[in-house]
Amino acid sequence: MHTFEFIRPTDSAAAIAAAAQSKTAQQGADVRFMGGGTTLIDLMKLNVETPARVLDINRLPLDKIELMPDGGLKIGATVRNSDLAYDARVQRDYVVLSQAILNGASAQVRNMATVAGNLLQRTRCMYFRDTAMPCNKREPGSGCPAITGSNRTLAILGASEHCIATNPSDMCVAMAALEATVHVQGPKGPRAIAFGDFHLLPGNTPHRETMLEPGDLITHVTIPPPIAGSKQLYLKLRDRASYEFALASAAVVLTITSGKITRARIALGGVGTKPWRSPEAEVALTNKAANDAIFRQAAEGALQGAKPQSENGFKIELAKRCLTHALRTAAAG
Amino acid sequence: MEDDKIGSPQPSRRRFLLTTGTTLAASVLAAHTPGQVHAHETETASSGDASAVEGAIAITLRINGKDHQLRIDPRTTLLDCIRESVALTGTKKGCDHGQCGACTVHVNGKRVLSCLNLALMNDGNKITTIEGLGTPEAMHPMQAAFVACDGYQCGYCTSGQIMSAVALLKEPCGPDDAAVKELMSGNICRCGSYANIVAAIQQVRKRA
Repeated sequence: MHTFEFIRPTDSAAAIAAAAQSKTAQQGADVRFMGGGTTLIDLMKLNVETPARVLDINRLPLDKIELMPDGGLKIGATVRNSDLAYDARVQRDYVVLSQAILNGASAQVRNMATVAGNLLQRTRCMYFRDTAMPCNKREPGSGCPAITGSNRTLAILGASEHCIATNPSDMCVAMAALEATVHVQGPKGPRAIAFGDFHLLPGNTPHRETMLEPGDLITHVTIPPPIAGSKQLYLKLRDRASYEFALASAAVVLTITSGKITRARIALGGVGTKPWRSPEAEVALTNKAANDAIFRQAAEGALQGAKPQSENGFKIELAKRCLTHALRTAAAG
Repeated sequence: MEDDKIGSPQPSRRRFLLTTGTTLAASVLAAHTPGQVHAHETETASSGDASAVEGAIAITLRINGKDHQLRIDPRTTLLDCIRESVALTGTKKGCDHGQCGACTVHVNGKRVLSCLNLALMNDGNKITTIEGLGTPEAMHPMQAAFVACDGYQCGYCTSGQIMSAVALLKEPCGPDDAAVKELMSGNICRCGSYANIVAAIQQVRKRA
């Protein structure tokens, strides 16, 4: 691990001012906020991340889960994953979020990892994590050995000729289906970012993963008011029963009235270069009867644009079956 | 665990290695720079004090109810600090990347991975390690259950397993074995003692 200066800012303004001195908020940032540390310390040990300054934001007052006047939920940046997953309001109104979090990592990691940190969780692509290998995400222009190499777990949606790394987060898949908003405080003031706009596709700049700029501090995430009677489910398929990243996962939020789907919000995990909201599946489901044929049709739509890598063609059918099964289970629940 | 402590009158593997290492280092130094042997020995004796480390920061860590005033390099993980600076070696380093759970300790009552945690982040936090749970004479019920159920073979993952298991008692966990296995999935046992580990945890839960 490279040496760094450890700073504990006294308030958000001080944290933002210190982080604004970084040349980038993306890969290779020389100033990093430290939340739970479960991603950052791991990558610092691998010398994938080498910040000169680390800002410990764990003592800032960003650790509350609050009900908003409109009935939605405001989740502070440093709320621990386990506290969010076991929150009574989340378990009652946003169970897909609780399920997604509890399907991720281990109890110890969930006790440490923060909500904002989870938004910024980095890919598990082995080439990204190994500084002896080229990687366009880590060193722009150096190449992507994953395309011709080991890519069984990598992306089939949203990849480019420069990067095929999967976004590993479970929580983000549920956040996408719940249409969350990410709230950022930056040097120029606060802004609210729709969840779908927060993460970027790799394109020809895979080192840019989010729309964050230097000094941007995620302060909280908001979720819209609960939809009465909505049926929600997070289904995750993986190589091991627990403590493993998704090969394919699905977050579904359905409203079904008299056998007809009146509202559908669908997102996939483990298959995309970002948390993968699927408008195709949502269109295929809306105002249709809730039955197996429609569910399969939605899954076909969701994977329509999928492009397999050399080792992961199986993921296309796996993701379709994952979504179909999630829809069937949620609709029956 | 008692004889793992440096300065204990009982011989132990760690104490033997430490003593041998110092003697070897001293004899190597003696061969080349005889005048500096004494200074080297003095430094070794105060190994918990890293004041010689450039950029070291002073912190107070409250471990098992006792305050430790330390000066540490900012890079020091909580795990390395507990083992190397405080010399509590019951907490083990397995993968050092948050994948095995051998380094599990409690921070403010919750189980965390001490390898993915900077010691400096824990100024003022209450830390509990396996040494703070029980003693060989008065074991924590979970330690006693691991012994009774044979919940280990080589023992390397055991302190992490027990720290996880004790924390699990206070977490939302269904009554069946499957629920226990799910919440213990962050603790890997390469000997494969899982069945007995689950039995030990269930024994404690049923008696509680």
